[in-house]
Amino acid sequence: MSAHESSSEITFHPDHSGGTGRIWRVFWVLSALTIIELALGYFLYAKHGHLGYGATLTTKIVIGILTLAKAYYIVSVFMHLGDEIRNFMMTIVVPLVLFVWFIIAFLADGNSWKNLRNTNGGSRKAPTEQQQQVPAIEKGAKD
Amino acid sequence: MSTTAIPAGTKWWNGGRSPFNVSYGKVMMWYFLMSDAFTFGAFLISYGTIRFSVNHWADPNHVFNAFPFAGHANLPLAFVSLMTFILIFSSVTMVLAVHEGHKMNRKGVEKYMLLTILGGLAFLGCQAWEWTHLITGDHAVLVNGQIEQWGTTVTKNPWGPEVMHNGVAVATPGPIAFGGYFFGITGFHGFHVFSGVVINIVMYIKTKLGHFDDRGHYEMIEKAGLYWHFVDLVWVFVFLCFYLV
Repeated sequence: MSAHESSSEITFHPDHSGGTGRIWRVFWVLSALTIIELALGYFLYAKHGHLGYGATLTTKIVIGILTLAKAYYIVSVFMHLGDEIRNFMMTIVVPLVLFVWFIIAFLADGNSWKNLRNTNGGSRKAPTEQQQQVPAIEKGAKD
Repeated sequence: MSTTAIPAGTKWWNGGRSPFNVSYGKVMMWYFLMSDAFTFGAFLISYGTIRFSVNHWADPNHVFNAFPFAGHANLPLAFVSLMTFILIFSSVTMVLAVHEGHKMNRKGVEKYMLLTILGGLAFLGCQAWEWTHLITGDHAVLVNGQIEQWGTTVTKNPWGPEVMHNGVAVATPGPIAFGGYFFGITGFHGFHVFSGVVINIVMYIKTKLGHFDDRGHYEMIEKAGLYWHFVDLVWVFVFLCFYLV
């Protein structure tokens, strides 16, 4: 123990003398969260076309929250950020808060583009308009 | 969450010590990973923006439904779940290697580094198979009134909306951005996995040569571990954005 003193910069060494119980516990938590995500993914697949917009969106948001929980466990336990002092944790976590606005602003922008596209004043036709094309050649004629 | 008992009144900013109680190298690895998180975040958010801006997007359950040696069986989510579990498990072996490093147990570090490297190679193999399957796949697409056989590439997206053509439902070309984003982002992630494997091999050799025993600590294993866990972390989000929703 304590042979890992890497430099005099470090004032207090976290206690690493514990066993691997915590690591394996987190492994099972990550596996369980992934299996729940997959179950919800299969649910979306099985109910495809039969779910309302709200139910689909809610399921996707739940999957997103489970992903954030996985990210928390990986960063906090596997990367040991949870064992660092608060000052250091904050220099990593606080800048990441920028992602909140980053995601909201850009997804809203994408959605706005879609709405503009589907108006009469939109500069582009909706991609589904290709459906109206009349097939020129019979199926299999190319082979 | 902090398990370290730190006496009140420690003067962190008076010099002579790291105010973050972390060595310089580890601080810089963290800040590099934070910048990398913004790079990946920008890619994924850009993908989300384009996906939100079009009326139709490829359904991942149709695109990613194959499994090696399973022929044309429809197995949505199966192969990517395998890839996810491979990466989670290699993350566990990595953190176990770090744990052995704290105990200065060279044999333990070697064993777990080797397992981590194998996990990384297994993941890369899976990705190579998946890419090959997508690029070389044949999917009937109605292009200008003719049926063509398309694979999924950065210039061709055979996963557009289906139309009726001579009484048979056939797909039309989908938004071209799909292949670019998929191969771009999973490729960038795969390159991270590849460089992580290279770094881990270097660390394994250095462990075997006893460099860290000479140095008196295994902090390099911790830094390589941070990078490797980050790769796993990014995959969690790639998995979410491309395969699950």
